[in-house]
Order: sequence, then structure tokens, then C-alpha cells
Amino acid sequence: MNWLIKKAHVVDPKNKVDATLDVAIKNGIIRELRKDIETPNGETIDGNGLYLFPGLIDLHVHFREPGFEQKESILSGSRAALKGGFVAAVTMPNTQPPCDHQSVIDNIIRKANEVPFYLFPAATLTKGREGKELSEMADLKKAGAWAVTDDGTWVSDALLMRRAMEYASMLDLLVISHAEDHRLAGGGVMNEGVMSTRLGLKGIPAASEVVAVSRDVILAELTGARLHVTHVSAKGTVEQIRLAKQKKISVTADATPHHFSLTDELCAAYDTNFKMMPPLRTEEDRLAICEGIKDGTIDAIATDHAPHTAEEKMAEFQDAPPGVIGLETALGVTLTELYHKGVLSLSQVVNKLSREPAKILKLPSGFGEIRVGTEANLVLVDVREEWTVKKEDFVSKSNNSCFIGKTLKGKAVATISRGTLWQKQF
Amino acid sequence: MSILWKRKDLVGLKDLEAEEIQLVLDTAKSLQEISLRPVKKVPTLRGRTVANLFFEPSTRTRVSFELAEKRLSADAINFTSAGSSTVKGETLKDTVRNIESLKVDLIVMRHPASGAPHRLAESLPISVVNAGDGINEHPTQALLDMFTIREKKGHLAGIKVAFVGDIVHSRVARSNIWGLTKMGAEVTLCAPKTLLPAQVEALGVRATSNLEEAIHEADVINLLRIQMERQSESYFPSIREYANNYQINRDVLKHAKPDVLIMHPGPVNRGIELSSDVMDSPYSVILDQVTNGLAVRMAVLYLLSGVRNRAAKKASVHS
Repeated sequence: MNWLIKKAHVVDPKNKVDATLDVAIKNGIIRELRKDIETPNGETIDGNGLYLFPGLIDLHVHFREPGFEQKESILSGSRAALKGGFVAAVTMPNTQPPCDHQSVIDNIIRKANEVPFYLFPAATLTKGREGKELSEMADLKKAGAWAVTDDGTWVSDALLMRRAMEYASMLDLLVISHAEDHRLAGGGVMNEGVMSTRLGLKGIPAASEVVAVSRDVILAELTGARLHVTHVSAKGTVEQIRLAKQKKISVTADATPHHFSLTDELCAAYDTNFKMMPPLRTEEDRLAICEGIKDGTIDAIATDHAPHTAEEKMAEFQDAPPGVIGLETALGVTLTELYHKGVLSLSQVVNKLSREPAKILKLPSGFGEIRVGTEANLVLVDVREEWTVKKEDFVSKSNNSCFIGKTLKGKAVATISRGTLWQKQF
Repeated sequence: MSILWKRKDLVGLKDLEAEEIQLVLDTAKSLQEISLRPVKKVPTLRGRTVANLFFEPSTRTRVSFELAEKRLSADAINFTSAGSSTVKGETLKDTVRNIESLKVDLIVMRHPASGAPHRLAESLPISVVNAGDGINEHPTQALLDMFTIREKKGHLAGIKVAFVGDIVHSRVARSNIWGLTKMGAEVTLCAPKTLLPAQVEALGVRATSNLEEAIHEADVINLLRIQMERQSESYFPSIREYANNYQINRDVLKHAKPDVLIMHPGPVNRGIELSSDVMDSPYSVILDQVTNGLAVRMAVLYLLSGVRNRAAKKASVHS
């Protein structure tokens, strides 16, 4: 449990650290952070040429347990996360049974303790994710829920959503919105536009997201709830959130690596690894998301890690379940597409993948920063290493990635989570 | 023939070159007379087996393919199943691999999912002919439509074709758009705005909701079937209002050219998209389409089997 990380470039925007330092970890706690720390009583890790970030935090993952362990489990999902440089993740409640009862949360938290990883469960907003009655939010919070959401299904009943937001704000629970007006989506399976017309696939208009976000933002203003819009996919959504922030409405947002780096043209071969909800949209949307990430309209990057088995993804495009995995590629894609292309600095990358998620969740000190006296939750990053994403290399139980075959520049080489060195890939 | 057919499959007209479309139409022309003989059979595909896989109800397309296979002396087997095979827990690939294991040479498939034949063709060594996939393409229908236009008008370049009806859900319209634009024809789409695909002008066609405007210069009006359930899905207020505004009848044809051709892939809702008197008038070439469909499908089967022939010869030389 004792390590000395020598000469790593520490990037911690919260504490304004951006320098080559040594970090001494004793019994899992960061004890010293300065230049030239003497020989420790433990293992020395050569950080020369590497960066040290606060451990990454993912606001949106599906670990599928309980109910869909053939796709992923808490254990396999946590391992995939640790490999990708993450130390914590918010699990979505669309399990079977849904996470709408404290017993489900208890079970998730107990299983999470098998690996050195922090799991922050989100509970359902309504009972059974049915969009009819409020879930027992006070009880769920007491059991360990960090947020409420009916992820995958937008709460279409505006009155119910108003009440849910009021109730959640009383408990200071984050309300996460998977914003898509289901009726307006019209049974579509990809973005509506030239590509859906060319491919003869039913389209989902970007408006189905923008309409939903607009209502939710207005209800956040009415209720004062902390609203978090997840996986922003459309230019109009970025505009609505930007406007809401100008009006000081308490709204935050995240975008996924696939939405800021890919477009709907990739659906051309009917490859189901490019089917997700919300769908990949146009280059104009993609650029607006990058702009939103850059100017702070979009606070965080989250993966929407959504594992599905190869058999399920073998189905035809319209019948295959939507979703892609992302934990093992998120850092690489972010560094490749945003850092190396000059959209974000490394400090901003740390903000999007660690500091802002910690802030949105109101996590205690030590998350999203590198602070002496707190538990070590860190990731060592090689921003220059080039690697190719291969189907057989995933630690996740599933390999439905939309980045297979891509060469990425930058990866996590070691993750220290809950004070434990999880892996080294030197 | 100046070029040889090189493709293993016919999944759509989107990827075809104009010369390839030309080759299919010319081949169909030369095969047309077989059906006029007293003995309507040639030995071209003798010993070959074709599987007709229909995962969606179909009468005319299936019968047309089956007859085309028989006229070429191929052995045909039919497999019909409502809904996609995944409903039964078997993937499409597994279903088809089972059939392939029976040493079938060619597969004709209709499937409710757009893109299904494309993915199948990639994973199979044998030829796949798309007989309609979801709302995406129905290439042999578009080929027979083009064949019919060329037969009646002598050429395709510069011909003005108006499609009227449920464009957004029509694989016939999509295949025709790809095919006709490649052959130099001008395509106009006409429907209530709710039944026009998003940004369809990007495909090089004109789109309008005004019927008069759509047909007044048209050489051909190709009608698409209106499904009754579109009313309950709010695509239009009523069949009555649709018919009032978009039906092709004698009155409407006063705004069209006197020699305009009326086409329809069938089955026709008489009295809805097309009035009975026009359907039974000399304007209508609907039954010619059916006849030509046979020749066009024979041509497609013939050309695809030629690729297999050459591949087999090549393999035997190398072995």
C-alpha cells in the first residue's frame, strides 16, 4: 500500500498544480506531494514522461447487474473502468429489477466492494421506471443513491417531472435527464437527416432531444432542482443549455466520446456498433458539442458505457439494442480528439473527466483533485502512446465498441484507486 | 456486351454504376422473348439451386422470382416466415447458413429490416439478391420500372418521372431514385409533407406537395400504395382527404401530358391513389410492369450466376 511516484507531471486544476513532482502514498493515503521526495518504504513508480491526473469519474455507466450479467457485471464493469483510468462511476438504474428499492442499492454497493473501485448508484426517479409514481427517493438516498433518473426513458409526464424535481431538490439529489421525447423520436433508429434517407432507416429528429431538454430546463428553473442533462447529442441542446446557464438555472451537462468524435455517416454499413441512443448526429452537431465542451456549456465527458452481447448486436440494425461500451477508450478518444487536436488543454481534460463530475455529484474532497491527506485516487497517463483498439483486448464482458480498429493517442498506464494500485501497463 | 457483370450480389441500386443498370436492362431485353415461346424454358441455370427467403408477406415479387427461376431451369426452394428470424431466437445469419449448407447457389431475400441483405451478402460466399429490405431498397422493382419506361419511351435520359404517394416508407421509391438519377432521368417526388423523407433533395431529386406541379411536365407518373394505417399514425387526416388531394384520376390527368404513362408497383388501392377508370385506361402500363418484371428478374439471376461460373472456373484452374 506504499508507493512513491517519481517525477510525474501532476495536473490538478482544482489546486492549480501543473508541475513535475513526486507523490508519496502511505497506506493508501497521499502523504506528500513535492519535488525530490527521498527513498520510500515501498515500491517506486517511475513517472518520468508521464502525467498524473486525479482518478477519472464517469457520470454514466451501465453495469447491468442485477439482471443482465451476460452483458456486464459490477466486477467486470469495474475492471474495465479501472483499466480506462476511472476510479468511480455512476451506475444507471435500468437493471432487472430496476434500482428503485434500497435492497437493490445495498446489493450493488456490497458487490462493488470486491474491487478497489467507487460505485455511485443512481436510483430510478419513478417506481419501476414506469413514469407513473415517484420512487422512494429519501429511502434510496439513505441507502446510498447519488442521483435519480429513469435513464433510457424520459419522464414524459410534465407534472410528475415537476414533483420529482421538487422532491429531489429537497433531498439535494441530482436529477439526471436522458432527454428524448419518445413520441417525437417516432420509432427511429438513427439520426434523421440525409443519412437516414439514404439508408432507408427510420430517423430520430434532433428536435426530440431539444424539446425534452427545453422542458426539463424550464422545470429546473421552476423547482430549483439540480438538473444534469446526460449524453448531449444535438446542436440545439447545446444552445438550450448555454441559454439556461446564462439565466443561472442550475443545469449541468455531459457529452460522450462517441458524440464528440463521430457522425451518422458511420451507419452506412448498417453496423450495429454505431447504433446508440441518442444516435450519432451530423458534423454540425459534433462541432457544436466540441464548442460546448470547450466553452464550458458541457461540463463533463461521460461514457454512457452500455454493454450488449455479440449475439444481441448481431441482429439487424433496426432490431439491435442501442448502446456502445466506452470505459476503456474514453481517455484515449478524449486525448486524441480534444487534446491532440487543440480543443482542450490537459487541465481542461482533467476538468471534464474528473473535477467537474466530482463537483456535479458533490463528492467529498479527494475526488477530482490530488490532495495530501486524502485517499489516493489517481491515474498515470501516457499522452503520447499510440495504440489500436482491438475487439479482443476489452476487459469488459462485451466488445460493442464503435472505436474498434481506430488508432488512439494516449492511454491510462496505471490506476491507483481506493488507495490500491490496480494495474500497470508500462 | 461491352462490360461483364462483376458483382456477387444485387443488394441495391445505390451502389450500381449506370453501365451495370444498362447491362441488366439489355440482358432482360434479350431474355424477354423466352416467355413468348410455346415452351417457355431454357436450360441456362440447370442444376443450380435458388432459395427464395421471404421474411415478409409477398405474393407478386415471390411469384415473379419463382417463375423467373423456373424459366431458367433452376431448382427453387421457398422459405417463408413472418417477421424476422430473430423473433424465433435464431439470427438471420444462422438461418441463412443453414440454407447455404444445403448447397444453394443463390439467395433471393425479402426482409423487414433495412440493411439485412447488405450484411448477409458480406458474410456469405454465395450470391444474394435483395427482393426488398425494410423501407430501404427494392432493386428489381426499380429495374423493371426502368425497363418499362425504356420500352415505352425508348430511352431513360431526360425522361421526367413523378412519384406520388407514401415516399417516406417506400423502398420502391428509394431504388428508383438511385436508378433513375444514374440513368439521367429527372425525378420529382410528390406527397403530403409528412410522407416525404428528410432532406430528400440531397439525393438529386425535386420534392413537392403540389400534385399539379408534380405531374404537369411528367412523362411517367409512378404511384405508390397508401397504407391504411398511416391515418392512425397521423401522417394524414383521412384517406378521404388524401384521395381528394393526391389521387390520379381523369380530372387530374387534364394537367398532365397526353402520352403520360401511369405506373404502380402494386397492389393498387383502387379509388384511393388511383381511380379505376385510369387504372384500366391505355395510360396504365401496370400489367406491362408485371410482365417485364419476369424478364428483369431472369436477367439478374442470369448475370449473378455468370459471376459464380467464372469464379468456379478460376478456382478449378488454380486447384
